[in-house]
Amino acid sequence: MTEIPERADIVVVGAGIVGNSVCHHLAELGWRNIVLIEKGPLPDPGGSTGHASNFIFPVDHSREITALTTDSMRQYEKLGTLISCGGVEVAREPARVEELKRRMASARAWGVDAELIDPGRVAELVPFVDPDILLAGFWTPSVAVVDPLRAGALMREQAIADGALTVAASTTVTGIRTDGGRVQRVCTDAGDVETSLVVVACGVWSPRIARLAGGQIPLTPAVHQMMDVGPIPEFEASGTAIAYPIVRDMDALMYERQSGADLEIGSYAHRPILHEPDEIPSLAAAALSPTQLPFTSEDFDPQLEQALELFGSILDRPDAGVRHAINGLLSLTPDGAPVLGPSPEVDGLWSAAAVWIKEGPGVGRMMAEWLTHGDCEFDMHGADIARFYPHQRTREHVRARANEGFNKTYGIVHPREQWESARGRKLSPFHARERAAGAVFFEVGGWERPHWYESNRDLLEEFGDRIHDRPHEWDARWWSPIVEAEHLALRERAAMIDLTAFAQFDVRGPGALDYLQRMTMAQLDRPVGRICYTPVLTPGGGFRSDLTVVRLAEDRFRVITGGADGARDRFWFESHLPADGSASLVDVTSAVCTLGLWGPRARDILAATTEDDVSGEAIPFGTARWIAVDGIPVLALRVSYVGDLGWELHAPFEQGQALWDAIAEAGRPHGIAPAGIGVYGTTGRLEKGYRLMGAELDAEYDPVEAGLALPKVKAADFIGKDAYLAAREGDPAATLCTLTVDDHLGAEGIPRYPQGGEPIVTPAGERIVDRKGRGSAVTSAGPAPSVGRHLLMAYLPPEFAVEGTSLQVEYMAERYPVTVARAGRTPLFDPDDTRMKA
Amino acid sequence: MDIVVCIKRVPAFGAQVPLTDDGLAVDTRHLGFTIGPHEECAVEEAVRLAAAHGGRVTVLTVGPEEAGEQLRYALAMGAHQGVLVDTGTTDLDPEATATAVLAGLADEPAPDLLLFGDASADAGHGQVGVRVALACGLPIVGGVTGIEAESGAVPENGAVAENGAVTENGATLRATRDTPGGTEVFGLSVPAAVAVKEGLNLPRYPTLPGRLKAKKAALRTVTCGPEPGGLRTLGLRRPADDRAGAIPLGRGADAAPAVVDVLAELGKV
Repeated sequence: MTEIPERADIVVVGAGIVGNSVCHHLAELGWRNIVLIEKGPLPDPGGSTGHASNFIFPVDHSREITALTTDSMRQYEKLGTLISCGGVEVAREPARVEELKRRMASARAWGVDAELIDPGRVAELVPFVDPDILLAGFWTPSVAVVDPLRAGALMREQAIADGALTVAASTTVTGIRTDGGRVQRVCTDAGDVETSLVVVACGVWSPRIARLAGGQIPLTPAVHQMMDVGPIPEFEASGTAIAYPIVRDMDALMYERQSGADLEIGSYAHRPILHEPDEIPSLAAAALSPTQLPFTSEDFDPQLEQALELFGSILDRPDAGVRHAINGLLSLTPDGAPVLGPSPEVDGLWSAAAVWIKEGPGVGRMMAEWLTHGDCEFDMHGADIARFYPHQRTREHVRARANEGFNKTYGIVHPREQWESARGRKLSPFHARERAAGAVFFEVGGWERPHWYESNRDLLEEFGDRIHDRPHEWDARWWSPIVEAEHLALRERAAMIDLTAFAQFDVRGPGALDYLQRMTMAQLDRPVGRICYTPVLTPGGGFRSDLTVVRLAEDRFRVITGGADGARDRFWFESHLPADGSASLVDVTSAVCTLGLWGPRARDILAATTEDDVSGEAIPFGTARWIAVDGIPVLALRVSYVGDLGWELHAPFEQGQALWDAIAEAGRPHGIAPAGIGVYGTTGRLEKGYRLMGAELDAEYDPVEAGLALPKVKAADFIGKDAYLAAREGDPAATLCTLTVDDHLGAEGIPRYPQGGEPIVTPAGERIVDRKGRGSAVTSAGPAPSVGRHLLMAYLPPEFAVEGTSLQVEYMAERYPVTVARAGRTPLFDPDDTRMKA
Repeated sequence: MDIVVCIKRVPAFGAQVPLTDDGLAVDTRHLGFTIGPHEECAVEEAVRLAAAHGGRVTVLTVGPEEAGEQLRYALAMGAHQGVLVDTGTTDLDPEATATAVLAGLADEPAPDLLLFGDASADAGHGQVGVRVALACGLPIVGGVTGIEAESGAVPENGAVAENGAVTENGATLRATRDTPGGTEVFGLSVPAAVAVKEGLNLPRYPTLPGRLKAKKAALRTVTCGPEPGGLRTLGLRRPADDRAGAIPLGRGADAAPAVVDVLAELGKV
């Protein structure tokens, strides 16, 4: 038995593909004294790595996941553990054909070679399928099968050879001691090891190990059923593990692949079967392995028929029997993405969980970079464990969303699709009024936010000729022309928008200014009452966040950030608080509600509710003042993300409904309308050229590229400053541009509207890639009703980032002409901001 | 030749058998279920005999409603019909099990051959086949690892005398079993009972069409609450885990001296 050292620089728990990869990359980056602890035996400890189907389809709609996958494929190949076999996703239903076209767009956007093919070609590639039941295929030649156990063993061996790694197999972690919320030591049945860093890479057991330290890793073990049917003589004759392309029968939510002499059939179609991490059998008690549970055949029965339909030529034979069938365990998370990074709950506890075989090595590399440098090459905000609000880490939430999400694994998921489960968890004080007005709610961070109001349907008539109908169901899904009507009502008169989902932090103390200066890019040493919009950078100079800081007093600031990123931002700010206690942070999100009031009539409306002076002289643009609205103390912020005259009105949460009523009442004579987040987040923002965190802004782009560099660089040091200075010196590799779609007419004879994520290509149809290797793709898309155009935002390399340049957007396998209307930050609508500053 | 095969639903466990807190039963909450290897061979043999010589294969089980899963597995292998004697969730001793089997057989046409596994995969008493055969007045051979039907001597369907009386032409089956000294050969007249052992054949895996057919098949259910027999379980104990873990002696060539030491210790060098 391996002796466990008394101290380690870092302890990694779990020797699946993720843990092994983390150790390997840490060693590559110069870490020494790494300890890897594994409960099971090596090389196959019995986790999900040991039974996974091990194939990799590189294309995903998510850029982050595609990047992790393609990086992983490079690593598997370098280790000699990858066999390319090609893969084809097939469509049985017309809706799936459309989805395959959308996958084609993602393949182009992220630079993966792929092709749409007809059923005849599918049958040429995979001679056993029945092409008569198929409508189309999406062929990816680089699809491969890998050996993650072997890859993991090689990674371990390299790290051991470097003198960097001690491996303790068949060793059980019995506790993780903390002191003052910091990791101190890992206890095992073979002795304790002192360390300040623990990486939990325990797959389905991760929640259980994290809990030993007092942290939560929000995932649940869930069943994915698989069976092997054989022998298939044609496969045996091939003499290899895999000689034929893998088929994903997308509409049946299944896959079929050669596995030696067998056809392996896997399903994501059965009912969600969730397990508890504490109830997974031990290695000794399991019939096969802890993560290969007894097959429940009744759940798979419908899939048998569908497998026979597609692969009847080899499955409907008396000699082809079901030789192996399992309920394999994998990890599901509330949003389907991995759970990576430092725990916001326990200092020194890191999660590397909910990772598929296809992402394992790439995740290991990113985790090692993150642990070493504080950030990593790929933007990981969608996988960051800190993205979960406390309620989203609970067992109830995880199970509800995992239940709903499981069948979406191969599903057709609209980019705006809303969850049905675990809704109504966070309600603004305006909620009753919003419901009464027929709000259609979209969720962000658990908050229910009106996306539009059905009560505004009559506005369609008023603005009818300026509103674009979307005749195609896909384009119109989770959208309404009412959004555009609300937008025009705001621009013509006024609108009120619920912004309570903002996350808000009060920072105070003698060191508050210095602390915030260090966290942000903009100069915050401004007079009391000033509002500063500022990027928040990663150490590498990319976007960590963008937010607004209001100076409430010499030593007191309010940080206001988007609801989508509030949990991440809170963790980032809290984890950088000065050690001397000179600044403190209080999350006031639950104490404050926010109502946006904007439009040319906004000042008249607000003035009617208050005795305070709300003139431009009293509250100039970019300042904040306390006023009383109908007796309610309100912090009025003269800013706008929709580019019009008005305020964000911040009030005590419990007085929100009174505030709503006061504004609605005063606004009635002016024709005020409630407007949803469709206006705030899409139409109003796009025509004003405002950038959105997670869309235009992420860790892979810098402020110069995003057009958000400031005229001056403040003297104070701040996170990412060196990289920011370097970016200012050089020419940007890409510039964020606003493009207009010049002709919407598609092949079906109806106008089509790109939704975001599509590749921008040259007039000749060539992919556009900048000198850093980043492909140009649509970051946001939506109508600009005041401009009368459908707008796209995309980063373009310098040669294309020239106003007037003609390019194309590829949407649903068709190309539409677009023109670069703006290169950089200047908006298309009201470029001088005269309305906002009126 | 009409054949009835009796099978038992048993838990499929790994190296360690989990026990309930009261130590009276196997904790099956996280276990799958299967039929034992002897019985799997019995089903396979029955399906082959019927395919070669005609006739129907009926599988019969005694147990909870869930035991239908095991009947369907046998149907997927090629059996023609299933009988479930539903005795609820209480574990039965061999005597009560035999009573229940007889209740299940009561409404079935008397078979030419009654097949059992030599012993169940969990309890392993090896009594049920003998008890049922005795009650039916059938001869029984146990521990069988080979069955051959004598060519030409197998009665046609319906040629068997009613009430399972012995046919005139004597031995129609050759059953063999292995002993340390050689092979024993039995000649059997049908109707007869045989308890078989693993190794009799290589059971097939159910095909996909077989599974689909089995899924749709109707099972005949007989409800039965037999009196408990004379055998009671007082408790189960897990044997002490005295298996030593593997001890790595070293890596690569460095391990050689340690290997030599061990061999010397064992007196091999």
